[in-house]
Amino acid sequence: MKLPTLREVATETRLLLIGIPVFLWTMIPIYHMFLFAISPKEDAFSGKLWPDHPTLHNFEIVFKQQHYFLRDFYVQFWNSLVIAAAVGVLTLFIATAAAFSISRLRVPGGRIVMNLALFTYFIPAAFLAVPMYRTMGNYGLLNNHWALILAMVTIASPYAIWVLKQASDKLPVELDEAAVMDGATTLQIFRLVYLPLMMPSLVAIGTYAVLLAWNEYLYAFLLLSNDREITLPVALGNFLAADDSPWELLMTTGFIYALPPAAIYYAFRRYMVGGLTAGAVKS
Amino acid sequence: MAITLSDDHAIPSQPLSPRLTTPQVWGIVLIAPYLLVFLAFVVYPVCYGLWLARAPSNYVALYNDPIFARAAVNTLIFLVIGINIKMLIALFLSGFFAQQRTWIKWLSVIFILPWAVPSIPTILSVRFMLNPEWGMVNHLIFNLTGDDGPNWLNDPTVALTMAIGVHIWKSLPFWTLILMTGRLAIAQDLFEAAEVDGASWWQKFRYITWPSLQTLYITCSLLSMIWTLGDFNSVYLLTGGGPADLTHVLSTLGIRYLRLDQLSLAMASIVCAIPFVLPLMYFMMKRLSR
Repeated sequence: MKLPTLREVATETRLLLIGIPVFLWTMIPIYHMFLFAISPKEDAFSGKLWPDHPTLHNFEIVFKQQHYFLRDFYVQFWNSLVIAAAVGVLTLFIATAAAFSISRLRVPGGRIVMNLALFTYFIPAAFLAVPMYRTMGNYGLLNNHWALILAMVTIASPYAIWVLKQASDKLPVELDEAAVMDGATTLQIFRLVYLPLMMPSLVAIGTYAVLLAWNEYLYAFLLLSNDREITLPVALGNFLAADDSPWELLMTTGFIYALPPAAIYYAFRRYMVGGLTAGAVKS
Repeated sequence: MAITLSDDHAIPSQPLSPRLTTPQVWGIVLIAPYLLVFLAFVVYPVCYGLWLARAPSNYVALYNDPIFARAAVNTLIFLVIGINIKMLIALFLSGFFAQQRTWIKWLSVIFILPWAVPSIPTILSVRFMLNPEWGMVNHLIFNLTGDDGPNWLNDPTVALTMAIGVHIWKSLPFWTLILMTGRLAIAQDLFEAAEVDGASWWQKFRYITWPSLQTLYITCSLLSMIWTLGDFNSVYLLTGGGPADLTHVLSTLGIRYLRLDQLSLAMASIVCAIPFVLPLMYFMMKRLSR
């Protein structure tokens, strides 16, 4: 075994001096949330770094809905799930169709539509929220899941179209030409040539839209208010309404709420990093 | 050609009209869903919002509202100081994560967590950590020094700093990842040649890394500024705009007016930001549409 040289030790030490603070900085808020989830109330409020009596009792309370703030936990979880799934499906449908139309069919005015979509992508979300709230009111959709679904589709599609267009521009034109030679109709090209080749990007965009909708707080809290219609993040925000909020239950619910997106993210990380950063790096 | 199509014998498409071929008709049909969404949920709200904000009296009211001035200043601090600090750290850490070490690979997987988990529970977690009586931070300060820690979120300057910190915590991984991808795209033989010539790390950064990375870095900074303008969560969930409405930024202020049923004021406060945002948006659009 070769002993490391002094220089190598110095480099490694320097890297560790960066790595350890980065690790602590990243993990402390998440660890704190986890700590609350496994602590009884007294331990949580005593500022200990590890509880004297770690327990899963908080999870039991949440899953049995045994608290005033949690009485609609399953309904709200379901709402989050349905809305995220609907946003994923609708965004995929709208964005794939638009990207195919712009990139492969070269629809007249396609470039303008792409620019308009990109422009929408750069409207700060909180700015659009104000008129969006009023618009949904005018459409009579307030407190209806469709309000949130449509709002999130509006926000997710521009980026989705852009990423899918970038990806489909890379497919060779000869593919379409060959398919047309073989007598394929436009829809057949879409279904049998285009969709299979675009699969990695479609997975990335579907994940992006689902996570965006699942994580959304502002629009959900503006557009939905009825306790049985709201999504989990809004319910979490409502915990703060009381002065003596049960923070250990809030953190437990938050922990449960944070698990699915983290799991999805790590499961599709390969696609996410490849599919979503490629565009940004190009510019 | 590896692709085989189904065996339908489609008749070569007949033009439906003298000007449009069948693929073009399909093109219009397929782009229509997005156009509908765009018209109903972007064009209509934006025009309606601008129409609501048309009365000059709104702007007089904003001018006379000290909270608005404070929010504008806070927004500027958030963007100019917060974003630049964040991007500089991201630039630095992208170099760290580009190192080929197994433990750094693993650390990068953990490092992405703030980006992968929703912001509500984590920001609320930080909020409780900073609680003056019960929070972990002040408990630690008390145990180490025997003194009571500060009332973190009750001082506007400290509270805004904490909100910026939360924002950085949440979005730093994303920008680090992007800049790291940019760094990895630089040809490695440049660094090897520099190494042979005995270049210092600063010279390598100054003459190789930075020239290849600067366009990306500036694009990312601008994009981050636009998005940060729309960052509602960092401020609202940590400070709620308080104490005494002194830590609002434009995004939370608009929502505050909305909740007070002053919709036209909410829109007017956003319209005030348009002259600054629009050039940025236009620049970014041009950049990405190439």
